[in-house]
Amino acid sequence: MNQCNVKLYALSTCGHCRDTKAFLGECGVNYDCVDVDKLDESERKKVLQEIMKISRDCAFPTLVIGDKVVVGFKKEEIKKLLGIS
Amino acid sequence: MNVEKLYDLLKEAQEAKGYYFNKDKKKVFDLLEGLLVNKERYGYMCCPCRLSANDREWDKDIICPCVYREPDVAEYGSCYCNLYVSRAWNEEKIPHEYVPERRPLEKRLRL
Repeated sequence: MNQCNVKLYALSTCGHCRDTKAFLGECGVNYDCVDVDKLDESERKKVLQEIMKISRDCAFPTLVIGDKVVVGFKKEEIKKLLGIS
Repeated sequence: MNVEKLYDLLKEAQEAKGYYFNKDKKKVFDLLEGLLVNKERYGYMCCPCRLSANDREWDKDIICPCVYREPDVAEYGSCYCNLYVSRAWNEEKIPHEYVPERRPLEKRLRL
């Protein structure tokens, strides 16, 4: 797979985030992941500002695939963006 | 409080109100574990699928069961987290659609 940059903003307690992580793992995708709920206050602020710039939804999981964003565990959309049939 | 005990307590109380746990018990236990983590962290059972502001007053709409559960289960058969669902959702009589976030945007992320 010719992979672009993939980054996941997640919560460690969230079921949809857990499903997204498992799915990316199954697909063999290398990705950066940040569990926002585990960050200290200053880091958290920084990352929240990042998320707000990326998407107007401000919800988890927020998955960035190249220049595209998927908010929520939307498997078909993620597969399409990753080029997995 | 452990997860099994929380499961039993909530199951009885919430089923009486017409809200059922997702039939996927593994998912339910993971989410209940998240609720216990949040209880420990923040002092209240904040929704595990939303970021807590660590402020009970600010987060009062997302203390589980959140205020959005009722309209979400009515419209989609499931709450935002897929923790509480309707009987029809569990019986797969209605499609398992992704439940969009209903919490107002200005409440979602607090810097």
